[in-house]
Amino acid sequence: MSAREVSTPRLSAGARRRLVHAGLITTALAYVGLLVVAPLVGIAIAALKPGWSAWRAVFADPFARHAYLLTGIITLETVVVTAVLGVAVALVLARDRFHGRAIVSAFVDLPLAVSPVVVGLAAVLLFGTGGWFEAWFSARGVQVLYALPSMLLVTIFISIPFVIREVAPLLQELGTQEEEAARTLGASWPQTFFRVTLPNIRWGLLYGMALTTARALGEVGAVLIVSGTIAGQTETATLYILRAYDEGHDATMYIVALTLALVSIALLAGIEVFKRREEKELGT
Amino acid sequence: MSAPTLETERAPRPVDPGAALPARARSRAPWGRLGLRAVALLYLGVMVALPLAAVVAKGFGGGAASLREAFSELGARQALVLTIEMAAVVAVINAVFGTITAYVLTRYRFAGRRALATVVDIPFAIPTLVTGVMLVALYGPHSPIGGFLARHGVHVIFARLGILVALLFVTLPLVVRTVQPVMQELDLGEEEAAHVLGAGRWTTFRRVMLPHLRSGIVAGSLLAFARALGEFGAVVIVSGNILNKTLTAPVLIAQLITGFKPEAAAAIGTILFGLAFVLVLVVERLVGHREPAVPAS
Repeated sequence: MSAREVSTPRLSAGARRRLVHAGLITTALAYVGLLVVAPLVGIAIAALKPGWSAWRAVFADPFARHAYLLTGIITLETVVVTAVLGVAVALVLARDRFHGRAIVSAFVDLPLAVSPVVVGLAAVLLFGTGGWFEAWFSARGVQVLYALPSMLLVTIFISIPFVIREVAPLLQELGTQEEEAARTLGASWPQTFFRVTLPNIRWGLLYGMALTTARALGEVGAVLIVSGTIAGQTETATLYILRAYDEGHDATMYIVALTLALVSIALLAGIEVFKRREEKELGT
Repeated sequence: MSAPTLETERAPRPVDPGAALPARARSRAPWGRLGLRAVALLYLGVMVALPLAAVVAKGFGGGAASLREAFSELGARQALVLTIEMAAVVAVINAVFGTITAYVLTRYRFAGRRALATVVDIPFAIPTLVTGVMLVALYGPHSPIGGFLARHGVHVIFARLGILVALLFVTLPLVVRTVQPVMQELDLGEEEAAHVLGAGRWTTFRRVMLPHLRSGIVAGSLLAFARALGEFGAVVIVSGNILNKTLTAPVLIAQLITGFKPEAAAAIGTILFGLAFVLVLVVERLVGHREPAVPAS
């Protein structure tokens, strides 16, 4: 340690510290700037260069409109399902103790690590020709694969962790005192849940829902495999981008991609607000 | 499906960590609690466990033979090697720069710190396919930067470098956001003591902070590794999917499925899934170890 200090005699300790300080900040800013900000600037320029008429053409395209609409529907349904059932799982993870709880917790995290392509494959194996459930559904005339149901299922799969991972630690931290008090005072469990538990976890829940929205909005790998990418029918916004790329419509690709990026960044702004509220409430 | 385990769990066990709850409250609504538990298990069982079981059953259905067959699939071995290689490099690079970023965010106050914190999260929000499109816009052959680099022999798009950049982008927040909370909880007093005793910043970091951060950094980079293994959207446009050169395992799986070879796809998918599963368990372990230590500060 002392040898290290002797080895740089020309700079005073304070000057050296300032140098390290500036160096580290510059490194972090340069890395994040090059990696994240530069591509954002790149796509903004690429999408704005073709001019207003190109934008009008994209939004006049019925396939593009349908793609946005479909993405919206899938995202909305995913957010509702993962929020409601996610809170139930979070309650179990935070409050309930049973054998295999650790495994349940690992299963919650799995969708973060499993490749979306594998998720799509799973849906094909379950609902495709010769799949486990194919006969049952086709006997009832329900088209799962290459239709909305399978697209919804894979999107829910990849979105499962977000609400649970935000709400479970909050529930753990809150403890059960307030709920106990409510129950002792004669509140039924729905009353306790909606009047006591839900208000306490609302910011974390909203944060998780915003993350879910961002994830569901941008899903491509799993949806690509199960949807069959039928333009105007099972083509989401991301699949529309992919088709524009394959067909060489660069301007269209950049424009739709930029709109999705802007929606995501708006969501991120919302996320930051929720996060800050949550921290503030926990801090007090 | 998990009904038998539920029944055996009815009576609260004495060693229960949740025993802090008054016994009265626990026994008052056993049906509500069991119902909730059943909903949670059913949800995760049907939505997560069942689909993955279908993949594993198909992938290992023929035992070792089906694996061997999958490896004989054109480009499969190279795709797996490339994917694991890329994921490892990405994990290491983001471990270093992610830790630096987390350090800067928690220990320094400077203009633009807020902005930096927000920008770090952007990859979480941006659709992965859009990430790929952004990189094509920036480094593609028609863009000024891409053209300039190409004239100097550096190819980003349709090359390994592009895959690398895309994966670095997608996994950037994972290390930062795993390490940062641990760093925030650290006792500043220890660092100050080290400083007063004459340790430089690097020595303080290495000897005082790093031992606390190690599990967080490892957990974060393992998450980045797992995420990079499975990434599809960011890679599919950027890599160009050239057989034996830039074709990654997830893209290969997608190609195999559309080529009606679900067995081979499932075998490779099982390998990816197995790796991801092990990594998640390890991360759970690492981060779980951390939590009890936190209230000490």
